[in-house]
Amino acid sequence: MHETEIVVAIAVATLRAATPLMLAGFGELITERSGVLNLGVEGMMLVGAAFGFIGTVATGSLLAGFIIAMIAGALLALVFGGLTLTLMANQVATGLALTIFGVGFSALVGVKWVGTPLAGLATAIWPHLSAASPIVQQLMLLDPVVWIAVLVPFAAHWFIYRTRAGLILRAVGESHDVAHALGYSVLRIRYLAVLFGGAMSGLAGAYLSLSYSPMWAENMVAGRGWIALALVVFSTWKPLWLALGALLFGLVTIAQFQAEAFGLAVSPNLLAMLPYLATVVVLVLISRDATRLKLNAPAALGRPFHATA
Amino acid sequence: MRLSLEPRARPAQAMVWLSPVLAAVLSVIGITILFAVLGRDPVQALHTLFVAPLASLDGLSELGLKATPLLLCAVGIAIGVRADVWNIGAEGQFTVGAIVGSGVALAYGGAGHWWVIPALLLAGVVGGMAWAAIPALLRTRFNAHEILTTLMLAYVSIQLLGYLVHGPWKDPEGYSFPQTKQFEADAMLPVLLADTRLHIGALFALLSVPLGSILLGRTLMGFRIRTVGAAPAAARYAGFSRNAIVWFCLLLSGGLAGLAGICEIAGGNGQLTPVISPGYGFAAIIVAFLGRLNPVGILFASLLMALLYLGGEGLQVTMQLPIAVTGTIQGMLLFFLLAADVLINYRVRVRVPQAAGTTQHA
Amino acid sequence: MDAAAPPPRLRLSGITKRYAAVTANSDISFEVGAGEIHALLGENGAGKSTLVKIIYGVVHPDAGEIAWEGRPTAIADPNAARALGIGMVFQHFSLFESLTVAENIALGLGARESIAALTGRIAEISGRYGLAVTPSRHVHHLSVGERQRVEIVRCLLQSPRLLIMDEPTSVLTPQEAEGLFDVLRRLSREGCSILYISHKLEEIKALCERATVLRAGRVVAACDPRVASEQQMAEMMIGGALPVAHRPAPLKEGRVCLAVDGLSLPADEPFGTNLRDISLTLRDGEILGIAGVAGNGQKELLAVLAGERRAPDAAAVRIADTPAGLLGPAARRRLGLAFIPEERLGRGAVAEFPLTENALLTAYQGFTRGGMVRYGAVQRYARDIIARFRVVAAGTDAPGSSLSGGNMQKFIVGREVGVNPRVLLAAHPTWGVDIGAALAIRQALMDLAAAGSGVLVVSEDLAELFEISDYIAVLSGGRLSPPRRTRETTVEEVGLLMGGRMADAAARDAVHAA
Repeated sequence: MHETEIVVAIAVATLRAATPLMLAGFGELITERSGVLNLGVEGMMLVGAAFGFIGTVATGSLLAGFIIAMIAGALLALVFGGLTLTLMANQVATGLALTIFGVGFSALVGVKWVGTPLAGLATAIWPHLSAASPIVQQLMLLDPVVWIAVLVPFAAHWFIYRTRAGLILRAVGESHDVAHALGYSVLRIRYLAVLFGGAMSGLAGAYLSLSYSPMWAENMVAGRGWIALALVVFSTWKPLWLALGALLFGLVTIAQFQAEAFGLAVSPNLLAMLPYLATVVVLVLISRDATRLKLNAPAALGRPFHATA
Repeated sequence: MRLSLEPRARPAQAMVWLSPVLAAVLSVIGITILFAVLGRDPVQALHTLFVAPLASLDGLSELGLKATPLLLCAVGIAIGVRADVWNIGAEGQFTVGAIVGSGVALAYGGAGHWWVIPALLLAGVVGGMAWAAIPALLRTRFNAHEILTTLMLAYVSIQLLGYLVHGPWKDPEGYSFPQTKQFEADAMLPVLLADTRLHIGALFALLSVPLGSILLGRTLMGFRIRTVGAAPAAARYAGFSRNAIVWFCLLLSGGLAGLAGICEIAGGNGQLTPVISPGYGFAAIIVAFLGRLNPVGILFASLLMALLYLGGEGLQVTMQLPIAVTGTIQGMLLFFLLAADVLINYRVRVRVPQAAGTTQHA
Repeated sequence: MDAAAPPPRLRLSGITKRYAAVTANSDISFEVGAGEIHALLGENGAGKSTLVKIIYGVVHPDAGEIAWEGRPTAIADPNAARALGIGMVFQHFSLFESLTVAENIALGLGARESIAALTGRIAEISGRYGLAVTPSRHVHHLSVGERQRVEIVRCLLQSPRLLIMDEPTSVLTPQEAEGLFDVLRRLSREGCSILYISHKLEEIKALCERATVLRAGRVVAACDPRVASEQQMAEMMIGGALPVAHRPAPLKEGRVCLAVDGLSLPADEPFGTNLRDISLTLRDGEILGIAGVAGNGQKELLAVLAGERRAPDAAAVRIADTPAGLLGPAARRRLGLAFIPEERLGRGAVAEFPLTENALLTAYQGFTRGGMVRYGAVQRYARDIIARFRVVAAGTDAPGSSLSGGNMQKFIVGREVGVNPRVLLAAHPTWGVDIGAALAIRQALMDLAAAGSGVLVVSEDLAELFEISDYIAVLSGGRLSPPRRTRETTVEEVGLLMGGRMADAAARDAVHAA
């Protein structure tokens, strides 16, 4: 019985830790599939986390909080789109700017809410949770956002490979010039993909501040946006692989807490390095095969598009 | 009327330098709006940000103090970006440089050796280089992109610092504060101006400007760096090894960031604490772009950014605004800069559709 | 106007399009009748591409009118053009490499049709016109000839009434081109008009009924190509007498300056070509032409000759008797190798660098002291190149991007020739440049050979290779045919080798040997 509890606890914790990576990673995967590299995931997640939290406290509705977070993420992505798509600014530099701005701006707007208590998503849905058995308590932690994150890779796979819109997305990501010559509106498709990526990042951020650890703290995303970016490379732009990578990282992330649970006396600082080191290792493993990366990467990734018309 | 962008026949050189000015002006407007939205007096805020810090010798020396790490990190980052090598984890090399240099200071300080200061500075440089060597190896040997690896290693370095000051390097007499012992006096950098905190690190930073300019503009290595960045296929064709450039740029920028890190400690508090930088390594990315990836421009940009840091501290003290205002303004500044940069390569064309063919250039 | 006569399929009147620095099209007017095969003739840069993009709705004119079957029409975008019945086969194919043939066709149709239903229609069309395509294959596996068939099938699926073909034969072997002409003639008989863009005059004579000649963005002449001579049409295109290059008398047989021996090398790019057992020798004073359709290993062969990729062993490539297979580009340059690459901006030159620094790009070995660049000396070198090759540029400070394609190429050729190489590799040296620049470039190559250097020219332009080469070999499927003396071979023979007959011959040999 005790063992079952541990297994369930680990599985639940892994899924929960994987959820923000899955959501943000999937949003970025769609953005990158359209040929745009948005390095601002971390910033958009932070803004989503802050606005999601503030929105929830202000409206009293978690649903409203999540929607506000998605809008906030998409608005920041719109700034990115305006700069890189309309004004053709360097995508790498603009993405970094987005993150720097997001870190500062989220801290600025969130400063009054640091330390504000909030009931998390699971508690809000199941108010009488504490009365249930430990395993049920654990399972109830799998809130709707986790389920969305679980479904997302399959939906994405279907969208990218089975729908006409997915076909157009892949086409624009491979060659904007050809897509333009065939009469597709490259900028409109890319704007949509960028906005979608921003909304998903916002959702991922809000999951952190509304469910994973229901609170707002400065810089609370702690590099997950960057890990999500690395996961997109790891997945070679395939949604199902992205899901696998996110689960793997979920497992690494919770190693910290597991070590404590098993009574290992390792410095928390050293354990906190694990996800970042794992990211480096994963990147190295996947990047070694340069040909495979080249074969799978959207060929137009990062290249600006200007229609001479 | 419709606005459209039209490619210029050649890039407008004047816009290269006008664009940061335009961005600064737009940022001031943006700051005014931001404070108005926050319900604060924008005039007072602007005064606190940009004027008050410059009103005293003390303020000016503090400006130099804050510009020093920004300048060192940004010159390295800029040289890298010129080669399309993106060291965005200068914060990590800064931290490791501070750690390694502090190790030397803690181990050998206090015995009156003349070589302690050179040794700790060198250790800072080597520490930063070593930390940057990891992404260089991963890039050249395994093709792993340095954008993510340098950044991940920055997060790792901050945890490493936390581990040291909470664990093995913790000062036993520090009332359980997470910090190392104080450096001895002979391990502290000499001060340049009496009664200020401006230390000789500022000289290294100033020196990096002409040296960086000569490297980029007059040497074959600089030409190689610029070719690899501007046209990788042309560099391959000319026989310039991309891997050699990646190594050179990462070691150089890592070394400079490491130097900045140890100067910050040995010229400042004289001890390691869990937080040793208000994000200098990240802000230096903005400085590098604001300075047009050109060392001379970066000198001015680092002063502006240092002013933002000082002003941000002032806002915290006088107007009780969170320090995060600084980051917001920094991000905004970079946004406006990137937007204004479009005018380097494109001109705005105004079309008036009802009278076909009448177009104006602006 | 005779009221009974049907309006022309397409009529352009006063079409004008200006860009920042140039006027691409100025007051262009002409008509294409129903079922007519109409040639649009002109040099590179004459404005042909812009004009067809306007007709296809990719680019919008600043002034002028397009009338489609008598009705003035604004063509908003390619979808609108397709809806009218205009189809276009692009010079650089508008296909997505990573997608399948059927997916590509679906994207080009803009209609919501299931891939399965589409596959059936593709089979029907490709059967009717003898255009073999496999719907399920990925485009990156296809040869250029197959890709063109996909493009044509895509157009035909929409039952076009005007088909625009932009330089369709530049990537085909002479035999493939003949097959294409049969399809086009059949379409014309069925009532489809064809606007055929080319600068190959013999093709236009063979295929077209009318020709409109563009020069510097204007219509300068119209003629019946079946009547006009090639010479006349060429002079209309360039607006003057046709210049001729002069081939100096070749030296007697020189020493071997470049030798490749049994070189095999797998491709390093996802869709690259493997080089198989390549051997060649180049002697001082000799020009060796390597013919072939792009994508048959040209890029890979040049990379391994120039040192951008290393050969498997040192002896596989010898430069002036020195094993050089494992050396990089800089070391090979020290042995006397120079190289004019295919891509100008971005490889042969850096767009944002001034010409001084573009001169430094490969000539740096003579211009440094103690790691510092002697910029004064480099600037003099750049000035010399500009003067010697009459490069039109605003001076040594002008960035590479400010030069026209032909002038940039003259500068690159000048830089490479200027270091007096023992061996010069030239990839498609006159591709896309105007006739005057092409002539100057060919002359420079021939002069260099006459002065005793070995020159290896890779080109798709058979006429050019036959004009300047002493020997011609054919690269097909990563294999190199044994070189033939130029005067002992014919275009037909080389064409057959380009079409891959060599591989068949080799396979037969292998069977006999077994």
